[in-house]
Amino acid sequence: MSADGSAAPSHSKKLNGKPLWLLAELSYRCPLQCPYCANPLEYARYKDELDTEQWIDVLRQARKLGAAQLGFSGGEPLVRQDLEVLIAEARRLGYYSNLITSSVGMDEARVAAFKEAGLDHIQISFQASDEALNNYLGGTDSFRHKLEMARVVKKYDYPMVLNVVIHRQNIDQIEDIIRMTIDLGADYVELASTQYYGWSKLNAELLLPTREQLARAERIAHEYQERMKGRMRILYVVPDYYETRPKACMNGWGAVFLTIAPDGAALPCHAARQLPGFEFPNVREHTIDWIWNESPAFTRYRGDAWMKEPCRSCPERHKDFGGCRCQAFMLTGDATNADPVCDKSPFHAQLVAEVDRITAQPIEAVRARPLVFRNTKNSRALS
Amino acid sequence: MTAVTADTVPRIAPLFRFQWEEAQRCHVLLYPEGMVRLSGSAGEIMKRIDGKTAVSGLLEDLRAAFPGVALERDVYDFLETAYERGWLRSAVAQ
Repeated sequence: MSADGSAAPSHSKKLNGKPLWLLAELSYRCPLQCPYCANPLEYARYKDELDTEQWIDVLRQARKLGAAQLGFSGGEPLVRQDLEVLIAEARRLGYYSNLITSSVGMDEARVAAFKEAGLDHIQISFQASDEALNNYLGGTDSFRHKLEMARVVKKYDYPMVLNVVIHRQNIDQIEDIIRMTIDLGADYVELASTQYYGWSKLNAELLLPTREQLARAERIAHEYQERMKGRMRILYVVPDYYETRPKACMNGWGAVFLTIAPDGAALPCHAARQLPGFEFPNVREHTIDWIWNESPAFTRYRGDAWMKEPCRSCPERHKDFGGCRCQAFMLTGDATNADPVCDKSPFHAQLVAEVDRITAQPIEAVRARPLVFRNTKNSRALS
Repeated sequence: MTAVTADTVPRIAPLFRFQWEEAQRCHVLLYPEGMVRLSGSAGEIMKRIDGKTAVSGLLEDLRAAFPGVALERDVYDFLETAYERGWLRSAVAQ
C-alpha cells in the first residue's frame, strides 16, 4: 500500500471542478439480487438511511455548488416512500433528475406522480431479453413487470433509457436484447459490459465474456448503431479488461462526480468504499462544500501529484487520469499504481493471463457453478 | 441534414431541457445523464427559441439585441448543427 497518499497538494477551490453529477443512492435495499451489483459487498452493514430532510439538505447544498444532473439510485430507489417529495424538491432546485431503477415497486399511479413532481427521465434495467434468464439473474420474477413498466414510462412521454448489463451469460443474446429495446421504444440503450468490482469481481469467472463472444457482440451492436441512427442511441461499453488503455474513471477523482451513499457517506465514486485507508466523510457531520473542496478523501487523488510511474510522466495522464483507483487497488494492492488495464502497467501481463485463464473454461463448466447473488444473507457472510 | 430556412420554426426537442446554470455562468442543455454547455452566442440563440418564432423572427430579435453585428451566417450554422445533434425539432412543417 502507498504510505498515505498525502502527495496531493492543497487545491484552491477555483481549481477544483464542480460536482456536476450528484448520485443519490437512496437505499441499499433492493428486491433484486443481481450478481454484478455495484453496491459494496458489505452493504448490509449500512442500515441507517438518511431521512427526507437530510436528503433535501444534500440536494440543496450540492445544487449550490453547481450540481446539475441528479441520479436517484440505490439499491432500488423506489423502496423510498418519500421519492416523490425528493423529486419535487429536485425540480424546484433546477436539477435534471434521473430515476435509475429496476422498476420493481413501480406502478402507473406512481409514474404519474413522478411526472407531476417533475421527474425528467427514467432508466429501467433489464437483466436479459428472455424471461427465464432475466428472472434467474435478478433473482426475482420481474421480467413481465419490467416490460409493462417500460410501456407505461413511454405512455407518460418520458425519455427512456434501458440499461442491460452484458456478460458471459447473456452476451450471445445481444441481438434479441437490442430488438427488445427497439420494440419498447427506448430513446437510449446502454449495453454496459460488467465492470469487475464488488459483487461482479466475486463472480468474475462466471461473468467475463470470451474474446470471440465480445467480437461478435461488438459487430452486432455497431450494426444496430448504424441502423438506428437518429432514432435511438445505442451506447456499447466494452469490458475494460480487454483494453490496452484504461477508462477515464469518473472523469478523474473528485472532478465532476459525487455519490452520497444511503447512510450519508460521500464517495468520489460508488465503488470507492472498498478502498482501504480511507475515512469517507459523512453529510451528517460535514458540509458538502467541505467534503468536495477540503476533505482528504476527495483531494487525495485529485490532479496528478499523487501519480507514480508509468503515469507520472505519461503524456496521456490528463486524458485517462491513470484509470480507476479501485481497479488499481484490487489488481495490484496499491491504488496509486496505474490501472493494470493499461499496457504500460507492469501488472498488465498478469491481467491478460488471468483473463485468458478465466475465459479458457468452457461455458458448460461456468454455467454449472453457482453465482453468488447479491442479498442480505450473502452480504452479512461477506462483511 | 435539415435545411434551415427563414420560415423554419424550431422548438427544443423533448429529450432536452434548456436552462441557465448560475454556477457555470452559461446556458446548458440537459438530457438523460448528460449536459451540453453552450457558448454565449449559442445561449442567446437558444433562449429565443419558443416553438412559435420562425428563424426570420429570431434573426430580427438578435439584430435588435446586437446592433451592427453580422450574425446571420453564424445563426444558420448553429441551427443546422443543433438540428443535426437532435437538440431542435421543427414545430411547424415548412
